[in-house]
Amino acid sequence: MRLLPAFVILAALGGGAGWYLSGPDALPSAALAGITGDAVAGATVFAAAGCASCHTAPEAAASDTPVLSGGKRFASAFGTFVAPNISPSPAGIAEWTDAQIITAVMRGVSPEGRHYYPAFPYDAYAKANPQDIADLVAYLRTLPADAASSAPHELGFPFNIRRAVGLWKVLFRSDAFVVTGALTPQQARGRYLAEALGHCGECHTPRNALGGLDRTRWLAGAPNPSGEGRIPDITPGRLQWTEAGIAEYLKSGFTPDFDTAGGEMAEVVRNTARLTDADRAAIAAYLKIVPASGG
Amino acid sequence: MRLTHVLAGLVAASVLTAGAVMAQGADPLAAAVKARQSHMQLYAFNLGLLGGMAQGNIAYDSAAASAAAANLAALSALDQSRYWPMGSAAGEVEGSRALAAIWAEGSDAAAKGQALNAAAVAMAAVAGTDLASLQGAMGALGGACGACHQSYRQTN
Repeated sequence: MRLLPAFVILAALGGGAGWYLSGPDALPSAALAGITGDAVAGATVFAAAGCASCHTAPEAAASDTPVLSGGKRFASAFGTFVAPNISPSPAGIAEWTDAQIITAVMRGVSPEGRHYYPAFPYDAYAKANPQDIADLVAYLRTLPADAASSAPHELGFPFNIRRAVGLWKVLFRSDAFVVTGALTPQQARGRYLAEALGHCGECHTPRNALGGLDRTRWLAGAPNPSGEGRIPDITPGRLQWTEAGIAEYLKSGFTPDFDTAGGEMAEVVRNTARLTDADRAAIAAYLKIVPASGG
Repeated sequence: MRLTHVLAGLVAASVLTAGAVMAQGADPLAAAVKARQSHMQLYAFNLGLLGGMAQGNIAYDSAAASAAAANLAALSALDQSRYWPMGSAAGEVEGSRALAAIWAEGSDAAAKGQALNAAAVAMAAVAGTDLASLQGAMGALGGACGACHQSYRQTN
């Protein structure tokens, strides 16, 4: 277990400077001043951010009004994470303020001031426009409530030390986009959808021993954390589809060869199918400017 | 009924022993993987015409659409029991991406196979009518493919 020693060091750093650095950092209220959420706009953010893929119950059918009762299990090298209830019930987020929900999404900090584990892709959502996340919150409040209690994650020592997640954040979190340079408005929109809301990198980018994303191999493919197979390289080094072919895949799930999306990507396509043609084309345009892997 | 045969065949596959497919040659498991992947290619080839028309990349042709859809309906009704012997999952046979969950208790792979046949039959009924009808049936057909790939095919 090469993960253990390093994580123990992270945990041990919990003294002194480590304790300071690992402190949860809420979103400053100034960042949210004057922002009011719009539920209609939030439906698009919800689809683009893929919330339903993780937070609906296992085996739940696709729905226009998904029940975000949680319960799906995500195996990883660190243990099993269980998605919580984020439906607008007292067991979910009903009693949270908008600012608390936005802080959870964009900072990975709970209303009690505790760190969330980065299985929740707040590292990506941190790059989102706060207005979009406020819209998302307004939309979440319109969905059906479910009273199911959230189940605890199943993590062994030392990964069960939440405070160490604060140091993980210091080491690996970044508010900066990975792909930089002069982008067209379409490429920039695609980057926003892929890097921020869509959090593509969470699966398609390899991680280091501590679970931090290796941004030098952005979207270059990674082992499947479930242990079955690999998540494909979607840089131009490997993905040779045309932009139209990529956009069509994100709409219908059909590859240019008329294979279909499988595994977790089938869920993702269920979300991207709800976006506009322009947004899907933007994601495709973005994927063409991602640095090519070795292939 | 043909569908009953498909179902019975898939269920039977879960109890097929390697011995039952031994007659296939030196490597019966690899032969079964090759057979089912070839079958998938036939799906893709026929879907390609329908999908190309649905996406507007190929001009709609009623007769050609009907023929491709009829092929899909026929292909999806074939007995596949010998395609899926136990021991042919990913990691067990080179090139296989089939997840062991196909053969596990509670597997609904057979039901998903039936759902594909139902979607293909529905497509065959309307593919020759007009482009809008074809497009209307495409989502369910793709969904049936994707449902099985989501649950039972390894990512790569």
